[in-house]
Amino acid sequence: MARPDVLVLRAPGTNCDAETAFAFEQAGARCEALHVNTLLDAPALLGQFQILCLAGGFSHGDDLSAGQILAITLRHRLLDDLQAFRDRGGLILGICNGFQVLIKTGLLDNEDGQGVAATLTWNTNGRYTADWVRLAVEPDQRCVFLRDIEAIDLPFAHGEGRFVVRDQQTLSQLSAAGQLPVHYVEGQLAGNPNGSTRAIAGMCDRSGRVFGLMPHPERNIHLTHHPRWTRLSRDRKPDGRLIFENAVNWFAA
Amino acid sequence: MATGLRDQAVKSAEPVPRADSGTLFAIELHAAEGYSSRLADVVRAAARELGIASSFRVAASRGFLIAGLESASQAEAAARELLAEPIVQRIVVREVREREGRRNPAVDPVVWHVLPRPGVTDPEAESALATMHLSGFPATAVRTFRRYEFAGLPAEALQTLRQRALLNESIERLVEGELAADSLAIGSTWTFERVVVPLRSADDGRLMQISRDGTLSLTLPEMLAIQAHYRGLDRDPTGIELETIAQTWSEHCSHKTLGGRVVYDGPDGYRVFGNMLRETIFAATKTIREQLGADDWCVSVFKDNAGVVKFDERHHVTFKVETHNRPSAIEPYGGANTGLGGVIRDTLGTGLGAKPVCSTDVFCFAPPDLLHEELPPGVLHPRRIMQGVVAGVRDYGNRMGIPTVNGAICFDARYVGNPMVFCGNVGLLPAGCEHKQAQPDDLIVVLGGRTGRDGIHGATFSSVELHDESVTVSSGAVQIGNAITEKMVADVLLQARDRRHFNAVTDCGAGGFSSAVGEMGEAIGAEVWLDRAPLKYSGLTATEIWISEAQERMVLAVPEAAWGELENLCQSEGVEATVIGRFKAGGELVLKYGAEEAGRVGMEFLHQGRPPVVRYATFRLPEFREPDLAGIRVSHADLLLQILAHPNVASKHWVIRQYDHEVQGGSVVKPLVGNRSDGPSDAAVVRPVLDSERAIAVACGIQTLIGDLDPGAMAAAAIDEAIRNVVAVGADPDRIGILDNFCWGYTDRPATLGTLVRAALACHDSAVAMQTPFVSGKDSLNNEFSYTAADGQRRTISIPPTLLISALGQVPNAGCCVTMDFKAAGNRIYLLGRTGTALGGSHALLVCGQHGAGRPPQVNHVEARAIYRGLHCAIQAGLVASCHDCSEGGLAVALAEMAIAGDLGASVDVSRMVAIEGEAPGELERLFAESCSRLVCEVAPADAPIFESALTGTPFTMIGTVLAAPQLEMLGGQMVLVELAIDELQAAWRGTLDWS
Repeated sequence: MARPDVLVLRAPGTNCDAETAFAFEQAGARCEALHVNTLLDAPALLGQFQILCLAGGFSHGDDLSAGQILAITLRHRLLDDLQAFRDRGGLILGICNGFQVLIKTGLLDNEDGQGVAATLTWNTNGRYTADWVRLAVEPDQRCVFLRDIEAIDLPFAHGEGRFVVRDQQTLSQLSAAGQLPVHYVEGQLAGNPNGSTRAIAGMCDRSGRVFGLMPHPERNIHLTHHPRWTRLSRDRKPDGRLIFENAVNWFAA
Repeated sequence: MATGLRDQAVKSAEPVPRADSGTLFAIELHAAEGYSSRLADVVRAAARELGIASSFRVAASRGFLIAGLESASQAEAAARELLAEPIVQRIVVREVREREGRRNPAVDPVVWHVLPRPGVTDPEAESALATMHLSGFPATAVRTFRRYEFAGLPAEALQTLRQRALLNESIERLVEGELAADSLAIGSTWTFERVVVPLRSADDGRLMQISRDGTLSLTLPEMLAIQAHYRGLDRDPTGIELETIAQTWSEHCSHKTLGGRVVYDGPDGYRVFGNMLRETIFAATKTIREQLGADDWCVSVFKDNAGVVKFDERHHVTFKVETHNRPSAIEPYGGANTGLGGVIRDTLGTGLGAKPVCSTDVFCFAPPDLLHEELPPGVLHPRRIMQGVVAGVRDYGNRMGIPTVNGAICFDARYVGNPMVFCGNVGLLPAGCEHKQAQPDDLIVVLGGRTGRDGIHGATFSSVELHDESVTVSSGAVQIGNAITEKMVADVLLQARDRRHFNAVTDCGAGGFSSAVGEMGEAIGAEVWLDRAPLKYSGLTATEIWISEAQERMVLAVPEAAWGELENLCQSEGVEATVIGRFKAGGELVLKYGAEEAGRVGMEFLHQGRPPVVRYATFRLPEFREPDLAGIRVSHADLLLQILAHPNVASKHWVIRQYDHEVQGGSVVKPLVGNRSDGPSDAAVVRPVLDSERAIAVACGIQTLIGDLDPGAMAAAAIDEAIRNVVAVGADPDRIGILDNFCWGYTDRPATLGTLVRAALACHDSAVAMQTPFVSGKDSLNNEFSYTAADGQRRTISIPPTLLISALGQVPNAGCCVTMDFKAAGNRIYLLGRTGTALGGSHALLVCGQHGAGRPPQVNHVEARAIYRGLHCAIQAGLVASCHDCSEGGLAVALAEMAIAGDLGASVDVSRMVAIEGEAPGELERLFAESCSRLVCEVAPADAPIFESALTGTPFTMIGTVLAAPQLEMLGGQMVLVELAIDELQAAWRGTLDWS
């Protein structure tokens, strides 16, 4: 079985790179964490990897807005390389801040002739909030990272995770294109914790190979991660692993 | 310093240079239609809290003031491409003209702008400028602002909002009307000037005047010692030399009171200490280490920035808790922000640099429902302080990616002028990296943030009493942190450590370069080139550079051969690293500015020359007052609900949910646990090494109420509580390191110092008896607040003696951890430990208005240790389904919390408890006494026999069973004492601090 190479990208303020790399390694990948400056100096490095992961954190302090500065940097200096990476079959995963960055680069196919169709903004409660949510995956979706997953429990920790769209028509189009594959389950755990439109928790591009997710799968890969683990059976697989395994197994064939 | 903006309403005494030319543009980001403005929501919430009628209208927006752009359309483009959020925001661009705009505050709508004062850290403005450069916009300077427009708000209400909610004048300024501006440039020129202070000829009065005028906080004996030293040198000191000595000798840096001579007279005898801390706290650790012999697991204690103990074969763990009280009183957000940032740098500066793995934060405030009319002048309302402090911790910890996993909040009216902010951090250090030593000829390298005027005199300021004008005189001591700068420093520092690029590291904390370089070069000597330090803006004097406490800086001792590689590493990640001097043999600290010598101080005089402080301490136990139990008319059930609703006990979910407690991926036991994640965990457990099952447990003990009766009993109870909390989740009682933080009033007063010595003596005895070494500690003295009351009288409020004990436990196997939520109906409920009649310091007496009466509870260390060791065996064997510490509110509160967390009921008979020998507790005491060393355990019936055998020889009883019905039932034999639905318990417990 082919063992993919994962590039975990970090920038000033990225802070989930180590555990995200660990999660990929546990799933069977080889991992390297690189500073964005290294990649900007040598974009050809991307050619050595099959998976690119934008890890969580507060890139550049989330100044201006969450993920904005790193997104602007990538747009200016690396957009063509990233598009080429995707087009030659690479997978891109953005977790939390990584999702915020991805959506602001437009790599999630969230921009059209009229401008930005969907973005992430401040939680409706106005506060950074951390808790756990249950996610449900839409049937018949084709996001690579969510294959064969129905529902998973994951923690979230963010201030700007509310998914908003320009208008109803845009929402229908994105949905019809299979770009909105996963949502928070209302009434379970913390429900829809940020007031996202239609409780949307993640978004993918039209190919299904670029995926952004607000909650943190790398924080639910150990039996003791779940908030109720002392009440649950020890004979279970922590949910977050599935996402990393899906990414790694994509290259298995 | 020059101010950039000015208008008629705010008079600026300083000249305003026009360093940049051209038009300024203000870009405002308003909420788009259909979306609300967070800023306006904050104003409306504040108005509601302040009792202002909600009939007014407010519009609010964030904005950027930008110099260098060529046209309004260019500003619009910059806003659209870079600054504004699409969909949710709409852009307004204004051209800012000189001296124009609406000035009349009475005209509706009233327009106000709030801007950071010049020189105050404004990270977002820096980022905006950098991003505009990246995108090719010709901006030259940026400042952020907030714009408010009010309509229908009476002038009085506006003033209330201004003073109590909208801004903090210590770091921000308000511009009434439209912005009018000259320039955004700050900075000025300074040319070197050698200042000589005529000290040799000064009389006592003049000496003290020099100390006061320079905010040196030096006492007369200290000034006399300096005078004698310079008479011996046959010259007068320069200003910078005097500052260096003041910084090094400050209470904050040298702990001269507690580390000094103390003559103590108390019920425990007459004692003369040569060094009080060494002979109590340190001595306990020394004794324990000797007893452990070859099994000693302490690595480095009381000598580095944090205590270091063994963790596993490959790693040590470090622990330090700091206070940041005074800055937090004046600017809660910045104070707490930099408090956490500072203790994280302690971790980074321990050994050759430890990796910060989790934080703990404990706060003491005045009650949040304090009436505004009862607030002394010059202080912020406790609710606002609490909101600011929580936000400050949240933003720093979350941004750095360090989980904030543990904490506590205590409320007492005596914290009104002096809130307590304790920030702690645990680090992970590779074995072998615990020692460091700068070498002669090593370069002195500063890493990270630039130096500005921020925090000048923080070290000396934090050693004095606060008063009602502190806000106006001390704004230089207030700072805002930049967590991302520190995160970047941490990233390169840990890489540089692994590549062995440096021989020693320490953080730039209180005293700035003066302390960091002075400490590292103590055994060698150093020459510092002050003009080389990178500055935030020009115009700092040599002395300001030397003592600035600007944040996010670390100082390294770098061998010449490693400098190139270190410089490359830093450059590759965008971190500034600069050589500012060299360690040089010769035992002198030489300060240069260009070719000029600004000062020269002998290291020996600096570190050994301070005259010993001699203080007197007396302690008398306060007169005993019997509690009036017959006078308590409220039912047991109502009393339980009242205690659950008391802010000390009530759920802190509003705070906890704002902290990221899972980043770094090692979370095992979270601060809130249970079926709905709403039960208060006794301790947090974290796996710092992701491929290992070994974990650390962090908890605290704080027993301020008992301290009012006997600070010795308080210390014993706090140590017992901290240990009990980590043992309850699964920590090994034979591997617990503890920290002390003494926060006290004015310790020059013998009676106040006496309470501290009493506590320190008890700390020694408890630590030795429990075999829990102190590994580090910190004190903060003179926490008093003086003000002129409405009647014209001068009043002083002293904080209660406040001892925080923090415990760092170790868990052999994370999978064996236990949480406090009831797990299954039918399981048995055990109470471990003995219950007594002492109600002194209990929450039952507190809510009944009888605080101060009663005897304080005492710790039986032998029994406590046996219980904790027995319990640990039972937990390791997987016999304990849930376990919860009995503390605030006693057994009744513990059971209520376990029921709330587990969504399961319980029925117990309290007549079955084991009593303390010779005591006959009544119903009230059985339910609510806060007797020490007690825990509640839930055990499956099948496991009960082995559980009981694990605890053989210790006092315990089975008191009842877990019920499926959501009902808490507490019986006294046949009598029903308490019968409450879990929903009622939950509502009382959750409601008090359920802020939105």
